[in-house]
Amino acid sequence: MAPGALAFCSRILRRQLVLALRRPVDIGNPLLFFAMVVALFPLGLGPAPAALAGFAPGILWIIALLANLLTADNLFRGDFEDGSLEQLLLSPQPLYLSVLAYTLAQWLVTGLLLALVSPLFAVMLGLSASAIPVLMFSLLLGSAVLSLVGGIGAALTVGLKRGGMLIALLILPFYMPVLIFGSAAVQAVAGGMDASAHLAILGAMLCFAIALAPLAIGAALRISIDA
Amino acid sequence: MWSFFHKLGSPPWLYRIAGSILSWLLPLTLVALAAGAVWGLLYTAPDFRQGNSYRIIYIHVPAAVVALAGYYVMAIAGGISLIWKMKMADVAMKSCAPVGAALTFIALVTGSIWGKPTWGTWWVWDARITSMLILLFLYLGVIALYEAYDNKDAAGKACAVLSLVGTVNIPIIYKSVDWWYSLHQPASIKFTGESSIDPSMLYPLLLMIGSFYALFTCALLMNMRLEILRREARTGWVRKLVGA
Repeated sequence: MAPGALAFCSRILRRQLVLALRRPVDIGNPLLFFAMVVALFPLGLGPAPAALAGFAPGILWIIALLANLLTADNLFRGDFEDGSLEQLLLSPQPLYLSVLAYTLAQWLVTGLLLALVSPLFAVMLGLSASAIPVLMFSLLLGSAVLSLVGGIGAALTVGLKRGGMLIALLILPFYMPVLIFGSAAVQAVAGGMDASAHLAILGAMLCFAIALAPLAIGAALRISIDA
Repeated sequence: MWSFFHKLGSPPWLYRIAGSILSWLLPLTLVALAAGAVWGLLYTAPDFRQGNSYRIIYIHVPAAVVALAGYYVMAIAGGISLIWKMKMADVAMKSCAPVGAALTFIALVTGSIWGKPTWGTWWVWDARITSMLILLFLYLGVIALYEAYDNKDAAGKACAVLSLVGTVNIPIIYKSVDWWYSLHQPASIKFTGESSIDPSMLYPLLLMIGSFYALFTCALLMNMRLEILRREARTGWVRKLVGA
């Protein structure tokens, strides 16, 4: 008997998480990437603490964005290559929810973890302690948007052999608004102002992305499978 | 009505009708462009503050306006090709991207040339300018995605999805000067209420905007004709046309 839609989605979610946990290195790589790129900035910009603290919101947000970008490409690739994506599209389950489960799983092992470890790097860059909760919260909201938007790029390029560079060109324009409001929220708090307006806009972007991005991902997956 | 709609799906018919539209629209566009340029550049008063440098708006504003509108044309054409599987809409969408990218580039370059004497810098990271740069990236992304697919049928559909997703950004770009305090001035021409630009400068500007729309249409139709020929290269009517 076919399971209900929600049961099916939770199975996808579990499957994706199990697959991810079986390769812990793949989960660790974005975090390692985060740490290494953080180390690049003091080398490139000079180690003056005041300057670094000023740039910290932007630096942390850009790295989170790049880490997300690098993982986006793998979202559907494995399942596309072994044919299970085709089965998913043929199944009677609502594609919208299945796709949402895929992106949720991806967010749990990248965006969520990046948000959780971000305070460590924020301290290393000298970001003021009062801004750290907002940094985490803005990364939580923002990285979910990034995962959903990245899913669109991944779905559009999954059928292509050389997707890597292309996916960056396709989705970076859509990452930019998230970056603007994410880093502005942190900067506002670091400057002693209220960040709730920026966070509200990030939340609105997330609602918008949850409502529409799975539709675009679903359409793009059908196109990629047909190709 | 319906026969017109069906004819739109026919490549030879569209090729011919685009040719006959071009035969009068193209000369008209060139005349209007020349007239608008001469009127704007020679026969309007210099600006009270900016002197003669403001005259670049006769290129800059029309290019920017049409670049934004062109994105909608591309996205709507993409939507039509996705929904009704209309091949010619796909041709229109694909042909839109380079024209729109070129216009966006012109808007950015002319803005930067104007910015040097007026703002004292070639480039500022201002909301409107940055968002126009994003528009350029959106256009280039569509072109890059189209070229990446070997299967051009799928390429068209994928680009249609991408351009539809991109429409989310267009209202933000359009409204960026009103929402953020930016160095770029807010829109001077308003449909409701009084425009903040003098009528003697406004009329040549409106003429230029109209001619840029016509120019966009001409470039789009020419591109579409080329694309139709490319796609139909193996069919009888194209062979007959080129005399092979």
